[in-house]
Amino acid sequence: MPHFIGQLAFALLLGTAVFLFARRIGTIRRNIKLGRDIDLTDRSGERWATMARVALGQSKMVVRPVAGVMHILIYVGFILINIEVLEILFDGLFGTHRVFAPYLGGLYNVMIGAFEWLALGVLVACVVFLVRRNVLPIARFRSPEMEGWPKNDANIILVVEVLLMFALLSMNAADAIAQSRIALGIWDNAHHYIAAGSFPVSQWLVPLYAGLSDAGIVAVERGAWWFHIAGILAFLVYVPYSKHFHIFLAFPNTWYSDLTPSGRLDNMAAVKKEVDLMMSGDPFAAPAEPAGDAPAEPARFGAKDVQDLTWKQLMEAYSCTECGRCTSVCPANTTGKLLSPRKVMMDTRDRVEEVGRAIDAAGGSWGQGDGKALLGDYISEEELWACTSCQACVDACPVNINPMGIILDMRRSLIMEDSQAPEAITSMFNNVENNGAPWAFPATDRGKWADELASES
Amino acid sequence: MALTVPTLAEMNARGESTEVLFWVGCAGSFDDRAKRITKAIARILHAADVPFAVLGAEESCTGDPAKRAGNEFLFQMQAAQNIAVLNGYGVKRIVTGCPHCFNILKNEYPELGGEYEVLHHTQFIQQLIDDGRLRIADGNPFKGRRITFHDPCYLGRGNGEYEAPRAALQALDADLVEMRRCKSKGLCCGAGGAQMFKDAEKGNREVNHERTDDVLETGAKVIATGCPFCNTMMTDGVKNAEKEGEIDVKDIAELIAEAADLL
Repeated sequence: MPHFIGQLAFALLLGTAVFLFARRIGTIRRNIKLGRDIDLTDRSGERWATMARVALGQSKMVVRPVAGVMHILIYVGFILINIEVLEILFDGLFGTHRVFAPYLGGLYNVMIGAFEWLALGVLVACVVFLVRRNVLPIARFRSPEMEGWPKNDANIILVVEVLLMFALLSMNAADAIAQSRIALGIWDNAHHYIAAGSFPVSQWLVPLYAGLSDAGIVAVERGAWWFHIAGILAFLVYVPYSKHFHIFLAFPNTWYSDLTPSGRLDNMAAVKKEVDLMMSGDPFAAPAEPAGDAPAEPARFGAKDVQDLTWKQLMEAYSCTECGRCTSVCPANTTGKLLSPRKVMMDTRDRVEEVGRAIDAAGGSWGQGDGKALLGDYISEEELWACTSCQACVDACPVNINPMGIILDMRRSLIMEDSQAPEAITSMFNNVENNGAPWAFPATDRGKWADELASES
Repeated sequence: MALTVPTLAEMNARGESTEVLFWVGCAGSFDDRAKRITKAIARILHAADVPFAVLGAEESCTGDPAKRAGNEFLFQMQAAQNIAVLNGYGVKRIVTGCPHCFNILKNEYPELGGEYEVLHHTQFIQQLIDDGRLRIADGNPFKGRRITFHDPCYLGRGNGEYEAPRAALQALDADLVEMRRCKSKGLCCGAGGAQMFKDAEKGNREVNHERTDDVLETGAKVIATGCPFCNTMMTDGVKNAEKEGEIDVKDIAELIAEAADLL
């Protein structure tokens, strides 16, 4: 195959992958921006530090050491092997072979050797993860919400990573065979191979290919090279459709973390306005006109659908990689209730995807909607009422997602929009309103303990 | 001498002011079991010579259960009313007997106009012990006893306070043990988020029974709590496990008050 055809094919492949990736990112960005606005740009120093610690430093991953260490192996492998992918991109576009080698000299051999060890690490970690997901009885991988696509999604990613690493090592093994035959003067044909690289891991694959002719070696080396880079580009297109998108969104998602204590729940500004008005003492006071042409307050209290959530909450839905640490520490879930914080995040993403597709189908407008909503069609009241607001899910998330925030925003919609509450909750509200306590005791009894204390002491 | 607890209204009428407002909370005011915790806190404050007062009939629910159940209107109405009272008396420093009151006063009232220094009673008690204002009696009944502390969600995870209650317990010279799930990994008692006021959803277990198993694993004879709701839930859990003769459930305030010979 003349070089330029290969180069052309490569450029076409690369261009298509980048185009599809960019188009999908545009869709996700538009979907995230369907959420309400919220300003999370304060305290930027702390935000960079949080991102460095939690996303870059994986600080919350290692809380569970086995999964944490394996994950770091894959993560470091992924990032560093990308240096080699950069070389592959150059080689593909310019028809060169191992273009970095002449410039890096001895360092090149060290790097290729290190990448081989990392590739082996990634391969081993992926196999361990496959075993954990499919063989070991780990509860969080066997929840109902993981059946079907989510389980397949995880397995596809792991298997593809195993194949990619195997291809990388096969490519090097064939290259090593070619280099040694050339050095021994037993390679007959014209070739593009140079003496470069060190192959501490792929040398174990050499016996697998050593029986092949020169043409066979070239076929393995070129085949593995093409499979590897085509696989990576396919992966690039696949990832933003997958839970695996966390590899990108973990960074912005942790940057935009809620920096306040997890016990704090936001005070709704729209409610404050109305309460201020009521407390101002003038029952006939007209609501203050918004200054200028400021947009009117949203008509809805709490969240019934994804557009009622903030863009940050929708970003969190796209950042979730369905690891299930939240669900595995949720007191409601672990005692058999329907609520699963992971499912809340998965439902939110599925629903915002559905809304996005409907908007695209209608030529960019949502109009009257599709008659469905996140609350009711995806998440049931039974799930919402099981939450104890203990924040264990918030603490457990390795990328600082807050499923509890969505749960409580939906409770707000149930109460303030639909007046839907379990009877006992309604009666608690009545007591607070009438007696200033969640039970039906008069305020005048508040001091009784002090009277008792005075007589006891 | 009878231990009298003044209200801010009474002090105000006498032209006096005070160092600390003790925010009792609804459970601490009305629930018979929680009232014993309230009294222990009052005895501790008194013994440490801390001038304090309560709001009495002027205290009203902070709005926490309403807010966590989704009723932001009711919460903000309660908050506005409480803030008007607190600011009217010029309150600066609040000690609460409940981590839910503590959290909401500390984190959610400031934005609504109520800015105070807010301490949970275990934090305040720990300070009193540290400052030498409160002495534990020699030969206190908890010396060497196996005690485990159950972190309240809204003190621990919610506000990152894991050490003060443990430091206060250190003063007992007891055999302090941790549960498998503790501190930031501590399991909820099952009462938060307004669950206290309703039945649990259908499941295969009660959360407090699961938590009681964690306690049983440690072999502890005393469960130390810092929240009246946790106290109720753990007491029920111990009953369910038929261990009520063996395991006591007590608030840190009660343990300290008893060890300081104040009960």
